[in-house]
Amino acid sequence: MRFRRYLPVFIGALLIVGFQVALSAAGATYYMTQITMSAYYALVVIGLCLLMGYAGQVSLGHAGFFSIGGYTSAVLTTCNLIAWRDAPLVAWCRSLGLVFERQDLYGATILSFSPWPAFLAALVLTGLIAFLIGLPVLRLKGHYLAMATLGFGLIIYRVVLGARLFGQSDGISSVPPFPLIAGLQVNGRSAFRVQNYYIAWAVVMAAMVLAISLVNSRVGRALRSIHQNEEAAHSLGIDTYRYKLATFVLSAIFAATGGALLTHYNGSIGPGEVTVMKSVRYVAIVAVGGMASLWGALAMGILLNFLSLRGVFGTYDDVVFGAILIAMMLFAPQGLLRVPRLRLLSSLLSRRSHG
Amino acid sequence: MDLTQIVQYCLSGITIGSVYAIVAIGFNIIYNATGIINFAQGEFLIVGAMTAVSLYQVVPLPVAILLAVLITTLLGGLVELVFIRRVRDASVLQLIVITIGLSIVIREAMLHIWDEKVRSLPYFTGTSVSTVSLLGAHISPQVIWVLGVSAVVVTALTLFFRFTLTGRAMRACADDRMAARLCGTNDRWMVTLSFMLSAGIGALAGCVISPVTQTQYDMGAPLAIKGFTVAILGGLGNSIAAVAAGLLLGLLEVFMVSQFQVAYKEAVAIVVLLLVLVFRPHGLFTRREIGALRAS
Repeated sequence: MRFRRYLPVFIGALLIVGFQVALSAAGATYYMTQITMSAYYALVVIGLCLLMGYAGQVSLGHAGFFSIGGYTSAVLTTCNLIAWRDAPLVAWCRSLGLVFERQDLYGATILSFSPWPAFLAALVLTGLIAFLIGLPVLRLKGHYLAMATLGFGLIIYRVVLGARLFGQSDGISSVPPFPLIAGLQVNGRSAFRVQNYYIAWAVVMAAMVLAISLVNSRVGRALRSIHQNEEAAHSLGIDTYRYKLATFVLSAIFAATGGALLTHYNGSIGPGEVTVMKSVRYVAIVAVGGMASLWGALAMGILLNFLSLRGVFGTYDDVVFGAILIAMMLFAPQGLLRVPRLRLLSSLLSRRSHG
Repeated sequence: MDLTQIVQYCLSGITIGSVYAIVAIGFNIIYNATGIINFAQGEFLIVGAMTAVSLYQVVPLPVAILLAVLITTLLGGLVELVFIRRVRDASVLQLIVITIGLSIVIREAMLHIWDEKVRSLPYFTGTSVSTVSLLGAHISPQVIWVLGVSAVVVTALTLFFRFTLTGRAMRACADDRMAARLCGTNDRWMVTLSFMLSAGIGALAGCVISPVTQTQYDMGAPLAIKGFTVAILGGLGNSIAAVAAGLLLGLLEVFMVSQFQVAYKEAVAIVVLLLVLVFRPHGLFTRREIGALRAS
């Protein structure tokens, strides 16, 4: 069974490689840029799918977590510590290799934190904030939970717009590339296109494997029981609150990973990433994917983000996602792959992800 | 801060607060009849105001407002008939997602119909510079219109729900839909009616505040958040308490602005919302036991 469960991962890997070869052969490698970006957005969707589809808790604030990740990375890697270069704390960070020096566009020297410590700090900070927010908020249900997470997202948006540290409405630009390990780096320049396509997919697939094994474990069964009937799950001795909180934090960290990596890839982040519409968009994608279908969420996350980034929807971008939400809830609340006519396709996909 | 200033702040707080209260009442009407939180409530206000602005080009102001309220009422009914009625035994999550989707579609439709320009209706009496003196503070006559309309709406609604057959039937549906149906109430029609009523009231509120706050296609969502905060603060479904809560939030916001940066004004309501949700999700004025009964 174990093999069957992860079979889609191998199929996915083959598809990814096949797609790259096809694109390179056709000389259309510029599509890879949008696919890479979509892959990072898809990380948010995977996390949200765990939270909404499996734990049954809605969040209208995931763009907030995405941006906390992105902004933390951006602030730490662009702040200039040169004035304090001889301060003991900075010198100590230097000896550990936590900070690095570089020249900016105008030749001035900038001493800022290296991407790795910044990235880890971003994940830890997001996890911490998600924990602190989730602690009170996950005691709420239904509308109350939706509004509370929406409110959280709005506060992050206001803070980003209001604080000079986050560049207000300009956002933060000239974020340096992120050298991962020898030779590999998250970098948006066209020379790194193919490399970054694979980096993004490697991260996404790692997240998928993690999510699938989680869903099929004791934890996953507990989560699904919470989704179906929280009282019953509670009476069976499942600590429902703890499971919900853990899933909330995990999904926030997934979102922050996407945010931080995309920020390094784009070299910038702005308040546009924090809007309520972004959060709603993630919810819409999870809904189209079929709520409790990780592969559905991933496929739709890539497809819809890619189309949106290519500008296919034009000025109707937001309407498309709003209409998707309504149509899905009216006609196929179980997701596209569960519509009777598409059941053949669904039996190929969903049975495997549930193992 | 001297007395005049305090009176001035109080008056503008009460004005903003009564707008929030009307939005909250819109939430409450639908919540009472159906248990749905209509995330598109804010959009009804803007649709009403925008329609009135357009109609004002061809007909006199009172007629324009009346027509705008009627059109928005029909829109509210249409939304219920086409979308909400179609989902049977829907989960809360599903209904939340549908109304969010609706709010986006309505907002973007407005963008395509009216573009992103800021518009406003003319002042109902006087002009933008005429003032009325009150205890040494100067207020615009439009503020009195806002307060008056809020008072009339709240009174009329209270009378409607208490003394008319339809109003009582709606409350019966809220209490126990099955029992209401057994007594011969057309419960589906009551739900439609609740959407029409809250859309109409929203449109009226949108028209009255338009001269003061101006109207833009994307102003619905912030208004809706504040209206929801007020509705929660007063206890969902309780319209009289919503008025008190609305005034409270309005005053709080105005005095916060006088002390802090304007950029964080929007955050005040949201912080209040989060605090209330965490500590008193059943509202300030509702006893805990009653809240627990309602929630179940």
